[in-house]
Amino acid sequence: MIKVEGLAKAYHVAKRSSGVKEAMKALFKREYKVVEALKDISFTIEPGEIVGYIGPNGAGKSTTIKVMSGILVPDSGSCTVMGYTPWEDRVNYVKHIGVVFGQRSQLWWDVPVIDSFDLLRDIYKVPEQEYQSTLALLTETLELQEIIQMPVRQLSLGQRMRCEIAASLLHSPSVLFLDEPTIGLDAVSKIAVRRFIRTINEQKRVTVILTTHDMNDIEALANRIILIGKGKLLYDGSLSAIRDQFGTKKTMTVVYSHHANPFQVEGVHIESWSPERAVLSVDTSEVVISDVLIRLSQQVELLDVAIETLPIEDMIVQLYKEHQL
Amino acid sequence: MRLYSKYVGVLFKSQMQYRTSFWLLALGQFLVPFSVFAGLYFLFARFGQIKGWEFHEVALCFSIIHMSYAISECFARGFDSFSVLVGNGDFDRVLVRPRSTVLQVLGSKFEFSRVGKLAQSMIVLGWATSQLSTEWTILKVLVLVLMIVSGVFVFTGIFMLAATMCFWTVQGLEIANIFTDGGREMAQYPLNIYQKWVTRFFTFVIPFGCVNYLPLLYLLDKSTGNPLPYILAPLAGILFIAPCLLVWHTGVRHYRSTGS
Repeated sequence: MIKVEGLAKAYHVAKRSSGVKEAMKALFKREYKVVEALKDISFTIEPGEIVGYIGPNGAGKSTTIKVMSGILVPDSGSCTVMGYTPWEDRVNYVKHIGVVFGQRSQLWWDVPVIDSFDLLRDIYKVPEQEYQSTLALLTETLELQEIIQMPVRQLSLGQRMRCEIAASLLHSPSVLFLDEPTIGLDAVSKIAVRRFIRTINEQKRVTVILTTHDMNDIEALANRIILIGKGKLLYDGSLSAIRDQFGTKKTMTVVYSHHANPFQVEGVHIESWSPERAVLSVDTSEVVISDVLIRLSQQVELLDVAIETLPIEDMIVQLYKEHQL
Repeated sequence: MRLYSKYVGVLFKSQMQYRTSFWLLALGQFLVPFSVFAGLYFLFARFGQIKGWEFHEVALCFSIIHMSYAISECFARGFDSFSVLVGNGDFDRVLVRPRSTVLQVLGSKFEFSRVGKLAQSMIVLGWATSQLSTEWTILKVLVLVLMIVSGVFVFTGIFMLAATMCFWTVQGLEIANIFTDGGREMAQYPLNIYQKWVTRFFTFVIPFGCVNYLPLLYLLDKSTGNPLPYILAPLAGILFIAPCLLVWHTGVRHYRSTGS
């Protein structure tokens, strides 16, 4: 479906220095600094996959999306999506893809949503019958009945995002690029958007590439994650593999009857401590939980114990740390 | 073309959301050129004629160029305000849609309030033609229409060139106004009243002369010799769009390779 090989892209960014004198100089002679946004990125994505494309800010996520959607031409490397090279033959290629930029709207601001949809039908030359059935399906699954007649500027962010996603699917694309689709949404809207992405992936076999900073998106959606940082590919694999790697790290919250002094337990790192409650981190590959409990109960009178696996968010933070991002 | 009218339809609906602002803008657009026209009137009231051109002849010249300008501001506003599109990144959206960039940029904006300006120049045109003593043949009417069309192409071309600059500078460049506003101001008078080099520049580089001065000579029976070159001159204005399109596509290619 998607094959990316040795993708590289560098930007020339004008150097900005402080001070009026420097600024005056820059008016006449500018110095450029080369920023390598992508360095030798390769991966393959199969039809029907949902891939979470993650990395810290400035890692090169957007650049990759832009290359894959045909907006940008890379310096070197190749990319094939459904047999097309995105940046060649742009017009024919983009008929097959849908793109949602979470931070930017593709709808016409002052007119009812349905007018934007109708215009998109004409832009993509969707046959009327196909359009009506797709529209009916999207309206139902995204619960748009109430808002489709409203002008976009009156919609809440959550409602708008649902319309944005619907808009990018009107022409039944095979690949959907979502650049931060849940940014700024409240919890309910996030869940609605996630559920919908799942649905269209399962029902229409749409391949989804999703960038996000919300690891819950990834956990709810992506079977696979690709992690990039500083333009390099750092990890490509399943989420469960990461979970296995970090799954031995547990967070243990213990509550005990008043204990005036901090305690030390062998094989345990104490994250926080108070006379009644402590949060400990334990690595089960180094120490057995029951041993920890025995050692703890020798020192304090335990009232409650909660053991949790590291949240996926923290696992990713650990991963970033490992790669020094 | 059908798609373009759809674009305009949506934009019209948007514009109608702000009715008061529309009427006020249109009124303003209607009145402003009158002050310019009044200037023209007082000039002729004082001097009678300029280099053998009568007031109503110059008024014709004036109305044609202003009408072209108003129409191209309506239609090509997307190029005129293109810096916004590049600045906020919406040009990326244009690139992921399966239509030509030119069509989409044209469809991104339509300045309806320019109908005010258009109405004003129509009135002047009507008045000027009623004052002229020339016989109106079908060919002359055709040439007149062609002149306006030609002007629209020239202005659109300049807007397009200015828009292309945005790919490099991101910010819009006021320098282009020298050619749009400046060109309009120049071309509202017959070109032969200026210095030789000015006339040449606005005939062979930016063909405003072909839009109104040369065919005007034919319309007013001032031309000598074979009238054909004068009749066909407006076509040069239409051809002007070709190099502009070429430059535009170069700009798009630059944008896609630098991403700035």
